[in-house]
Amino acid sequence: MSAGPVVLRAAGLSKAWSVPVLREVSLELEAGEVHVLMGSNGAGKSTLAAILGGLIRADAGAMTLGDLPYAPRSRAAAEGAGVVMVLQEMNLFPGMSLAENLFLDRLPSRFGVVDRASLHRRAGVALERVGLGDLPPRMPLSRLGVGQRQLVEIARALDRQCRVLILDEPTAALSAPESDLLFEHVRRLVREGVAVIYVTHRLDELPRIASRVSVLRDGRFVAEHRGGIVAPERLIEEMSGRPSPQGSAAASPPTGDIVLAVAGLERGSRVRGVSLEVRAGEVVGLAGLVGAGRTELLRAIFGADPAAAGSIRVGDGRAGLLRSPRQAVAAGIGMLPEDRRHDGLLLDQSMRVNALLLPGQPRARAGWIDRAAEWEAAEAIRTRVEIDCTSIEQPVGELSGGNQQKVVLGRWLAAGCRVLLCDEPTRGVDAAAKGTIHRLIREFVDRGGGVLLASGELAELRAVCDRVLVMAEGRIVAEFQPGWSDAAVTAAAFGSAGRDAVGAGDDTEQPGSTRR
Amino acid sequence: MKRTRLGEWGVLVLVWLSLVALFGMLAERFLSMATLTTVAGRLPGLAVVAAGMTLVIIAGGIDLSVGSVMALAGAVLGVAIVQGGWPLAAAIPMAILTGASAGLATGLLTVGLRIPSFLVTLGSLEICRGLTYAVSGSQTLFIGKVIRPLAQPIPLLGIPPTVPVALIVVIAAQAILSRTVFGRHLVAIGANEPAVRLAGINTAPPRVAVFVLSGALAGLAAVFASARLGSADPNAGAGLELAAIAAVVIGGTSLSGGTGSVVGSLLGVLVMATLEAGLAQLGASEPLKRIVTGGAIIAAVAADALRRRWEGPRC
Repeated sequence: MSAGPVVLRAAGLSKAWSVPVLREVSLELEAGEVHVLMGSNGAGKSTLAAILGGLIRADAGAMTLGDLPYAPRSRAAAEGAGVVMVLQEMNLFPGMSLAENLFLDRLPSRFGVVDRASLHRRAGVALERVGLGDLPPRMPLSRLGVGQRQLVEIARALDRQCRVLILDEPTAALSAPESDLLFEHVRRLVREGVAVIYVTHRLDELPRIASRVSVLRDGRFVAEHRGGIVAPERLIEEMSGRPSPQGSAAASPPTGDIVLAVAGLERGSRVRGVSLEVRAGEVVGLAGLVGAGRTELLRAIFGADPAAAGSIRVGDGRAGLLRSPRQAVAAGIGMLPEDRRHDGLLLDQSMRVNALLLPGQPRARAGWIDRAAEWEAAEAIRTRVEIDCTSIEQPVGELSGGNQQKVVLGRWLAAGCRVLLCDEPTRGVDAAAKGTIHRLIREFVDRGGGVLLASGELAELRAVCDRVLVMAEGRIVAEFQPGWSDAAVTAAAFGSAGRDAVGAGDDTEQPGSTRR
Repeated sequence: MKRTRLGEWGVLVLVWLSLVALFGMLAERFLSMATLTTVAGRLPGLAVVAAGMTLVIIAGGIDLSVGSVMALAGAVLGVAIVQGGWPLAAAIPMAILTGASAGLATGLLTVGLRIPSFLVTLGSLEICRGLTYAVSGSQTLFIGKVIRPLAQPIPLLGIPPTVPVALIVVIAAQAILSRTVFGRHLVAIGANEPAVRLAGINTAPPRVAVFVLSGALAGLAAVFASARLGSADPNAGAGLELAAIAAVVIGGTSLSGGTGSVVGSLLGVLVMATLEAGLAQLGASEPLKRIVTGGAIIAAVAADALRRRWEGPRC
């Protein structure tokens, strides 16, 4: 595709939350190109897209759109200037009709009254465009599935006069024919001179749509490829910053007895036929991209969102499905949830109350709490997991992230469970507390426990795990023994290369079109 | 700064004492045995209903049906004594059991169908009122002398036996809340139900039980009301739920659940009853009484909100 004039120019964009996520990124977007942004989790792709789309503002740097300075204060302002973004997390209203969702910010009206005839006619055209022409515009959005909702969101964007269209992983929720239709529209817009920013994780989409591929790593552009044809191995190397996979080290012999055996677990599209085993004395890591199904797998094992099929066995117990966390805890499983503030803790309550929030705790006689025993138990937990608080009466909402996580961890250690499921156990935790939490997890397995630990941080997996399973699209696609390289794990997570690793799941779809 | 429960109660006692002093200065006969008897007559019913309501609200729910449940329990009590010739010792447990059954139905529907208790009790409020009319034939049942002694002032004390019974109920409810595993779970559920579930605790039993308790206490309130009037009125308890919620809120319990106390609610009831009695003695008209009472509720909630903001949000 030939290069057109530059539509959008960004120079020196920087953004930091608690850590820098974008470091002086510069970008020139040409009319009529599909500029694909790739990178691992946390590389800064979505942040960059959100800045361009007016969702967040950069800390530093400047942008120009056409010849004019461009600094949108909101999504609406960006759209007014002709930069339209389709969000990864959908921003729609389930209770409203399709037509209202499409035109909410510009309902056609006459004397302040919505002109329904015109609204529905225009909505019909917009829906037709994304292949939803057979849906009545007055149908409530809540009747549509996730994929169709994503198409409505895309229809909303396509209906606008846009010069720049930003798509953030638009195909994550779409089926193959829906994706094909989307690509067709993107190609049409590109022919009309629209510039497209396309964020994706999927290597197989590149040859079909990309005119340029830029790779972000740690908030910087590290490579750029004109044309959509790039060797996947090379992209993976650039994304992970390490040389290509060299195969995995020899398997260390299995250690203790199997404490957790999961077979054929199924739940929706995020947990598809997962089987795995965790042995006593072992920390098994779960790697994968955002949306690969790690959290969903842990929640399905724990019974928080019960699985539809499959079986789970703890120790020598009976194999079966766990239908509630209560059953899981009774069977000897504990979980550190991904969002400890919402799913793990009572923020206004004391450390004592939170640490003893367990079935059968605090100790009681005929229902009446034994207060002396409760104090003792809470103090014991505080000492054991080294919680830094003024007293056991301090509300956990006042504690640091690391100490909050230690409260939840201490609870499960006190419960005497055999298996611990950890979902991002050190997210938002400072370095010192992180070390303590890792040590406590190792101590737990050294005493005969087993841990399944999901993390998006490869350094964490390397630090605490005995072996690592990689998930992609709801399946376990690879297993790595110690000595694995970041590049190999990243490659497996992207559903490509690294096939020399042991495939635990087998029939993952191979993006054959990217192979040369 | 963490607010202490005693400090909160202290503020309410101060508010109550200043109300007593204010009315004592304004109305000649306010500080008299007659006023005590009036307040003591009204207080027990609202106090026990507010105690049950407190536990429900702390657990993150609400019970709008207490007024109708009380009327239904009263009708059952009246029919049992008047038409069935039951002795008091059997009729009173029957009334309480009636209330408990209504609460059980509410609790099971709320938990089983996963419907907010606000909506379930909005419906059961109507159902129980309808059942009351059906049971009583829409007639006021005159129970007469047999039940009156419960509400007669004890000589020299100036208060009827219902008052110590209500106090025992309040103290027991407070003890359950702060000293039992059940109470601990109610607070935890109101604070963050998903977290409690993910800790492996079965939240259904306490969530049902708290409505059973609230219903049973509405049944007890029906016994108190029948004793005071010597009859069971099928229209009794209209607006009782709002008075109880107001007392609970004035008492410092958060409507969003997770924090509060039963003793605070009792003090809330005391403040409201005193305000009502005082205004009556000043010769305030019915419209004015209602306006002032409403203003007091808003003032109490606003004061609480301002104090929270002043203490700063918790991150």
